[in-house]
Amino acid sequence: MSAETEAFLHRHPGVVRLGVIVLILLVWEIAARWFIDPLFISPPSRVFASLGAVWNTQGVPAALRLTFFELAVAFAISVAAGLTVGLAIGLQPFARKSLMPIVLLVYGLPQITILPIFILYFGIGAASKIAFGVTHGTFPIIITVVAGVQNLKPILLTSARSMGASRWHILRWVIFPHMIPSFFAGMRLGMTGVLLGVLLAELYVSTGGIGHFTTLFTENFDPTKLFGLVAMLAAMAIVLNEIVRRAELRFGRWR
Amino acid sequence: MARRDGQSQNLGSRLVQLGFLAAVLALWYLATNRWGVNRLLLPNPLSVWRQLIDVLRSGEYLPDLRVTLTELAVAFVLAMTSGTVVGFFVSRTRYSIRVFEPLFAGIYSIPIILFLPLYILFFGLGPSSKIALGTTISFFPIVLSTVAGFGNVDRTLVTAARSMGASNYQMFRYVLVPAALPVILTGLRMGFTVALLSIIGSETIASLAGLGHHIVQLAEGMDMPRMFAYIAFVVAIAAILNGAVSFLEARGRRRLG
Repeated sequence: MSAETEAFLHRHPGVVRLGVIVLILLVWEIAARWFIDPLFISPPSRVFASLGAVWNTQGVPAALRLTFFELAVAFAISVAAGLTVGLAIGLQPFARKSLMPIVLLVYGLPQITILPIFILYFGIGAASKIAFGVTHGTFPIIITVVAGVQNLKPILLTSARSMGASRWHILRWVIFPHMIPSFFAGMRLGMTGVLLGVLLAELYVSTGGIGHFTTLFTENFDPTKLFGLVAMLAAMAIVLNEIVRRAELRFGRWR
Repeated sequence: MARRDGQSQNLGSRLVQLGFLAAVLALWYLATNRWGVNRLLLPNPLSVWRQLIDVLRSGEYLPDLRVTLTELAVAFVLAMTSGTVVGFFVSRTRYSIRVFEPLFAGIYSIPIILFLPLYILFFGLGPSSKIALGTTISFFPIVLSTVAGFGNVDRTLVTAARSMGASNYQMFRYVLVPAALPVILTGLRMGFTVALLSIIGSETIASLAGLGHHIVQLAEGMDMPRMFAYIAFVVAIAAILNGAVSFLEARGRRRLG
């Protein structure tokens, strides 16, 4: 390796990272093509070539749309509920002291154990997925919003009050601007939770969402299509995560 | 005066918390006994309590508990070993940290539960698919915290030990590990928690045995009081395990601190 390429690689670790990913794909390709039963695993080249076929499978685009819809609705409800409850609890020291332990306790419970109850109450359609996503997404948002309000310097409140600001003015011009960084951090954690909740519920039981198709492809021993579908979902998750993360970077550092 | 205010506020908070708990129980009781909410949707708290006693007394949970704990133990040991070893070697140079750290962090941000169907296709419905998923999911917090722990050891400590002639082993044992351990312990605790959750989760979604599987069986049999009792039992087990791990983490921290 010449000194120049070495210097180039040193400045751009991303190139080496890409090399590592290509290497992993190569190992996978060789293993899947020649060493492992094609009923169980499919080489990446074939998965990539089959993406079109997966998309054209009857019902898959609708299932992806439905899952996206569930994610969006669950996220919107989580943000609204998390922000409201977080502000209500966080702005009152007494409420914070009494109710936060309850919130933290509920957040610490393994929610997956009550998934069958959600199916029972909300049915096997989209409602149960949205509800399970909301319970996963709301709590991290509540907790970060409360933490954000708590970190507000008391001197700011006192000075605003002494200058005659009304309650609304304090909320609008002091509390909201200071909450923005933690609010966006909470939205990122909330998105992670919503993705987990909705996908868990989808995989558990589903009639029209992607869970239906993952089960179908698994039972038909069709790894190529299964890998393709999982890749599409992973892409959806990455894009959603990335949007929220960008928003956090963009709005998180206004000071 | 201020102190007495604080005390009365503490008392008030406790009262609110107790009141909340009492209100939930009272509502639950009234909803099932007075307002005629369907028994299939919400079982009576008293019958849930009786079933819980019965579950504990009969010991029928033992086979499922054993399956879940075995899966958890194997998955966590695998993730701990691979995570700390890989993390240590990645952390050796600043360059390899810059190459690999974003890779791990990127994969960590994908909900790995998505791969469960692939794992089930590959490893079958038995314990091995749960072990594989649990290992994968808990590997990432462990490797990331190991890289962070070993990667951020104070340079002065390393230089000082070197200049005093520490061997590689001494450097590892007396400088790097004590400096990195608090961060690594946090990662191990997080890894344990997510391994537990993902194993119960994958048992719920598709399996033949285990605590999660048993809950689903009861749900499908519409045996509501027993299912609620069993859920409470599993939640208690998870709380005990997480509490034990937090305790070990705090102890490991103190021993070195």
